[in-house]
Amino acid sequence: MSVLSAASVSVHLGGAPVLRGVDLEISGGELVALVGPNGAGKSTLLGVLAGDVEPDSGEVTLDGHPVRHLGAAALARRRAVLLQHQGLSFGFRVSEVVRMGRSPWHRTPQAERDDEVVASVMTVADVDALADRVFPTLSGGEQARTSFARVLAQEAPVLLLDEPTAALDIRHQEAVLGVARATARAGSAVVVVLHDLSLAAAYADRVCLLDAGRVAADGTPDDVLTAQRLGAVYEHPISVTRVDGSLVVVPVRARAGAGEKEDACVP
Amino acid sequence: MTLAAPVGARVTPRLGVRRGLARVGLLGGLGAALVVAVVVAAGHGQLDVSPAEVVGSVLHRLGLDLGPLPSHPQGETTLWQVRFPRVAMAALAGAALAAAGALMQGVFGNPLAEPGVVGVSSGAALAAATVIVTGWTFAGTWTIALAAFVGGLLTTLLVYTTARDGGRTEVVTLVLTGVALNAMTSAGLAFLMFVGDQQAREEIVFWTLGSLNGSRWAYVAVSGPIAAVGLVAALLMARQLDLLALGDRAARHVGVDVERLRLRVIVVVALLTAAAVSFCGIIAFVGLVVPHLVRLVAGPGHRLLVPASALGGAVLLVLADLWARTAVDYADLPLGMLTALVGGPFFFWLIRRARRTAGGWA
Repeated sequence: MSVLSAASVSVHLGGAPVLRGVDLEISGGELVALVGPNGAGKSTLLGVLAGDVEPDSGEVTLDGHPVRHLGAAALARRRAVLLQHQGLSFGFRVSEVVRMGRSPWHRTPQAERDDEVVASVMTVADVDALADRVFPTLSGGEQARTSFARVLAQEAPVLLLDEPTAALDIRHQEAVLGVARATARAGSAVVVVLHDLSLAAAYADRVCLLDAGRVAADGTPDDVLTAQRLGAVYEHPISVTRVDGSLVVVPVRARAGAGEKEDACVP
Repeated sequence: MTLAAPVGARVTPRLGVRRGLARVGLLGGLGAALVVAVVVAAGHGQLDVSPAEVVGSVLHRLGLDLGPLPSHPQGETTLWQVRFPRVAMAALAGAALAAAGALMQGVFGNPLAEPGVVGVSSGAALAAATVIVTGWTFAGTWTIALAAFVGGLLTTLLVYTTARDGGRTEVVTLVLTGVALNAMTSAGLAFLMFVGDQQAREEIVFWTLGSLNGSRWAYVAVSGPIAAVGLVAALLMARQLDLLALGDRAARHVGVDVERLRLRVIVVVALLTAAAVSFCGIIAFVGLVVPHLVRLVAGPGHRLLVPASALGGAVLLVLADLWARTAVDYADLPLGMLTALVGGPFFFWLIRRARRTAGGWA
């Protein structure tokens, strides 16, 4: 039974089609990676799933309710969203920003757990040490982790993350996706937009490859991430290898350096 | 994580207690400052009444036989006919304008938004001047206030739709919108002065300079309830305003109905501005300076920022008005001139500071 589903969703932005008849079903307990080249419609699809973008045709349902019928507060208790760019107009402290994630539960019995949840997600997202820092003065990666903690604090059964690892170093990339997968294992439905296909292969249960607004492939990483298909979609030769049991996706690069070296060896 | 979570849980409530104490301390301190400012301001003027006599006079009116009554034969009358209405009006206008500034900054996500700077005050003043010149009295003493509210509401909506794009408000656009609006309203006011008779002209000049001269209880009775409604509404919206700092989309993601909240804030800003502008004219920069100073002390959280700004604004205007009427013997300086004299340089400083630090707004 899918928690979140998009049925033949089409979106036009500025007259140009961005999504064309996308179908996607996401169940509780799975982590789905949305991948695809620039302009494939990944962020737009995430916006449609989040209820931010109203599709021109098709429908998105969350827990069986059409998202356009759910109010902002009802939506916020069902899904949390991490945007690609985080901004903050005023100098709130990190702990205050994380606590903002608890606001959908204001005046509900769950509000009693606010302190406990905030403390635990700050530890999980590794922002404990930043608790009293002012958000706008943090580095991009620290802001991203703080926002991730805020999203976790919302304790929504559906998590939508738009490039959560873009600003992060390797350790925190692994940590954030590890937490995302653990959240999925605990029963949540998690959708992550990713550019790094190796990361997608390592953490996703399912990969949905978008190409020019359509779903080009949807399945397990092994099925979707093949050299031939990726090469065609990304319009660049791509090599897929297996290192220590996990897929590694890298572009095929012209070996200019090697060629020079060979030349140099010729007497 | 299993180890650290209880530690965090232990720290957070303590932090909460500390913040709670800070909150009580700041609001209590500002409240006490307001009482002192009111007593001092009510006692000072061409006829001096000692603070003890001011307090005694109030206590006697409340039916408590405590403290001395004013010794001067005209003391009691001066206090109750002239000083108290004026001081009350100053406190009301200050509280309303500072709270309106805090709200506007929250809703625009921009610390330069202020009713005077972006032209909302002058929009309200233009509508009120129209009523003065045409002599409309369709709502009795409330006519001017009503016109100011409608004028303020229309200009706030105009600023909002012009300066806001894609969920963000650029500082430059906001300030330029203010420039354009102030130019238009000045033209309107100039036209009204041109067509108006001598008396209307004097009234309009008084308005654009901003003054509390001639405040009466009847005015306080109109402005008071408007400001009270606006302030209560502002306090109720404070929690959600914090979330707007995340930006429109993210605020929606945590459950804020952004468009509805925004419209409500705009109505409340217009109410608060009208409460001040109706009888005091344009007093600029209060809504800029006060919330900014409060943010430096207490942080950006609106649950503390809004009430503290209201109290701080009241203190500031009571003292500024005291200065305006006592700085020069037998002269009542325009209050709006004084606040602009102080607020203008402050605005410069804010712009310079904002250019140096990328912290928060652009």
